[in-house]
Amino acid sequence: MTDRLLEIRNLEIDGESDEVWHEIIKGLDLDLDRGEVLGLIGESGAGKSTLGLAAMNFARPGCRIRGGTIRFDGQELTAQPETTLRKLRGVRIAYVAQSAAASFNPAHQLIDQFSEIPVVHNVKNRQEAESDAKDLYRRVLLPDPDAIGYRYPHQVSGGQLQRAMTAMALSCRPDLIIFDEPTTALDVTTQIEVLTTIRDIVREFNTAAIYISHDLAVVAQMADRIMVLRYGELVEEATTREMMTDPKMDYTKSLWAVRSFKKETETTATEINPVVKVDNVTAGYGQEDILKNVTFEIHRGQTVAIVGESGSGKSTAARVITGLLPPRLGNIQLNGEVLPKSFKARNKDQLRHVQMIYQMADTALNPRQRIRSIIGRPLSFYLNLTGQKREERIRELLSLIELEPDLYIDRFPDELSGGQKQRVSIARALAAEPEFIICDEVTSALDQLVAEGILRLLDRLQREFNLAYMFITHDLATVKAIADNVVVMLQGSIVEQGPKTDVFSPPHHEYTELLLSSVPEMDPDWLNELIMHREKHGVMASTSTS
Amino acid sequence: MTAQDATPLDPQIGRPRSTRLQGVFREILKAPITAKFGILVILVYGFVAIFAPVLTPYAETEIVGPQFDVWGEQFILGTDGLGRDMLTRLLFGARNTVGIAFITTVLAFVIGGLTGLFAAIYSGWFDQLASRVVDVLMAIPQLIFALMLLTIFGTSIPTLIIVIATLDATRIFRVTRAVSLNVVVLDYFEAARLRGERMFWLCIREILPNIMAPLMAEFGLRFCFVFLMIAALSFLGLGIQPPTADWGSMVRENAVLITYGDITPILPAIAIAILTLGVNFLVDWFLHKSSGLKDGH
Repeated sequence: MTDRLLEIRNLEIDGESDEVWHEIIKGLDLDLDRGEVLGLIGESGAGKSTLGLAAMNFARPGCRIRGGTIRFDGQELTAQPETTLRKLRGVRIAYVAQSAAASFNPAHQLIDQFSEIPVVHNVKNRQEAESDAKDLYRRVLLPDPDAIGYRYPHQVSGGQLQRAMTAMALSCRPDLIIFDEPTTALDVTTQIEVLTTIRDIVREFNTAAIYISHDLAVVAQMADRIMVLRYGELVEEATTREMMTDPKMDYTKSLWAVRSFKKETETTATEINPVVKVDNVTAGYGQEDILKNVTFEIHRGQTVAIVGESGSGKSTAARVITGLLPPRLGNIQLNGEVLPKSFKARNKDQLRHVQMIYQMADTALNPRQRIRSIIGRPLSFYLNLTGQKREERIRELLSLIELEPDLYIDRFPDELSGGQKQRVSIARALAAEPEFIICDEVTSALDQLVAEGILRLLDRLQREFNLAYMFITHDLATVKAIADNVVVMLQGSIVEQGPKTDVFSPPHHEYTELLLSSVPEMDPDWLNELIMHREKHGVMASTSTS
Repeated sequence: MTAQDATPLDPQIGRPRSTRLQGVFREILKAPITAKFGILVILVYGFVAIFAPVLTPYAETEIVGPQFDVWGEQFILGTDGLGRDMLTRLLFGARNTVGIAFITTVLAFVIGGLTGLFAAIYSGWFDQLASRVVDVLMAIPQLIFALMLLTIFGTSIPTLIIVIATLDATRIFRVTRAVSLNVVVLDYFEAARLRGERMFWLCIREILPNIMAPLMAEFGLRFCFVFLMIAALSFLGLGIQPPTADWGSMVRENAVLITYGDITPILPAIAIAILTLGVNFLVDWFLHKSSGLKDGH
């Protein structure tokens, strides 16, 4: 029994698109010892998940492992038939996916799905599996571990589901667990708990782990060693401390720089009167109120960041402002004028001044319309531009968003990357020449480098056109970068609001303190120190039911 | 330039698509043999339907020879019960049956499609009302309902078209509403709505281009069903009336010839079968391609 658990040499993986094979992984090496945690970092498309899955000789549909060797505990995997591999997967190598909700079958109880694995692989019988499940649920700190297994996936929260999935991965005591972005979809406060759980449990069972993420700060807490990937190739590999203190390659260094983007100049309100005022709004769907007595205002030339976790009411506030959800009480004012509650009752000019940019660029653009039509429609609809003038203006807008007009004007959305699509969404909002733009988590679905580009663009446009932004986000790093004023929301009410510097310096409201301290820092010891601090002060790690 | 936005991974992103026509042509060349057969069948039938008067040796209803004549030089496929040339009637039958079926399907799509789109966009009481009316109409067996309506309103060709189109529109309503609902919940639709776009724009420019694939497949299938229904109604005597050539009634008129071991009466039935088969193959390929694309992404 050697210490070396996984040895991958010269791995080559191809992906297929439109019947052409492209290289995804171009000759990578990977070593992993027993009990060691390896972090894989990179942007989307770098090949991290592909490499992680290759550790159990699995290629997603549309991909194939073209060459290289994969030795797991001395056994060569590449030539093995599916029957042999099936005995390994789930038993000795486990996989924890990014979306726990998509990985659990909604029709079965959690404990059924847990027990299925050891029973099918003849490792335990049903009784043993169930009692082991309860024991593991206790160790991953799920509330009420004896009973929670009998719930269905939709009856537990996201963070609890993710921990249940981690427990499920451990059911056969595997030698290696592959964690594929397990906390990316969670709020910062929940993320802390899940990270701690994973780290402790991996140590306790001496399991080797591959931790995949695009968030360097998170990986720094979990991994002993880090590999940075880009375009299917290795950029840099080092122990965590070495990489944190002394990164060698430029690309690695650039991953840091992202987190330190700050607005170049502090913008101040250019007018006394706010462009949009949310006045004592209470709104909800049906019986329950999602927003309770919410009041804030936004001035031209300024960015107000609405910050909060899922369920805090940020998106609902956006829907009330745009008129999609008429408020039960209170109203929305645009330049002092009270807006009709429903968007159907508003006139063109009122609609024009309130524009929205969405989170998922994929669904925000009509896939059957060319960029010319997408950007051109607001021009013809609101500003009655036609013919040559319209064409010129479209090109102007494309240049503004830093896309070469000749190259992009005739394309369809699926011929653009995520960042480019988001830029087109911005151009579409700008085309209407609004005073106020709602940015609903516009960078949450993008990689850090791409997101930084978008933030810079938005900043420049704000200064150039004196725009007011309402920036909805759950990411405090973004808030620190671009906000002038901050509104912190918790369960539908505003907990704290004011200029950024005021909100982010003590004394804080308790919840703001919790949020701020939950943002991972680029320090390998950060998580340890945070846990100790919280245990000492008896702080409840999360305000949600997990 | 946006260096960090460019994704050199995928060389497809970086040059615009070739023209629509080139793309379509390439796709057809790559299609499986069944789909090519389907396309061929449709082209041939379409050609025949359009150019029937020019192609046929005789006129549609002209009595030109002895009854039930054998296949020979003068009458390539023999004659029918009244002495009319079979080949001529077959070719004209293509024009009548296929033509009427096509018009009916188009009308069904206009009625059912628009109603389905409105139901998806408006939701609320309109959706409820339309869906319930459709439920009631669909609860009655289609053929019997058609027979009843045709008996009441007469069997002229316009009546035939309207009755069948209305009955089939119910199915189209269901399909259109279902696929439109998928589109209506997406962000870009909400963005268009918030802009203040009117119903026409929302239907035609936002939703319709995105539901073309399932709708076209449905068109092919509906066409076959309508076609078969017209043939069935004609066979029963309530569809296209004589002396107009129509495959369904031709089967009925010449059925007695079967007792002599002659396959002539089956010819119209074979013509119906081949067209249905061809359209189905084409629709299969179409559906496979459009759903396959979803998997790939």
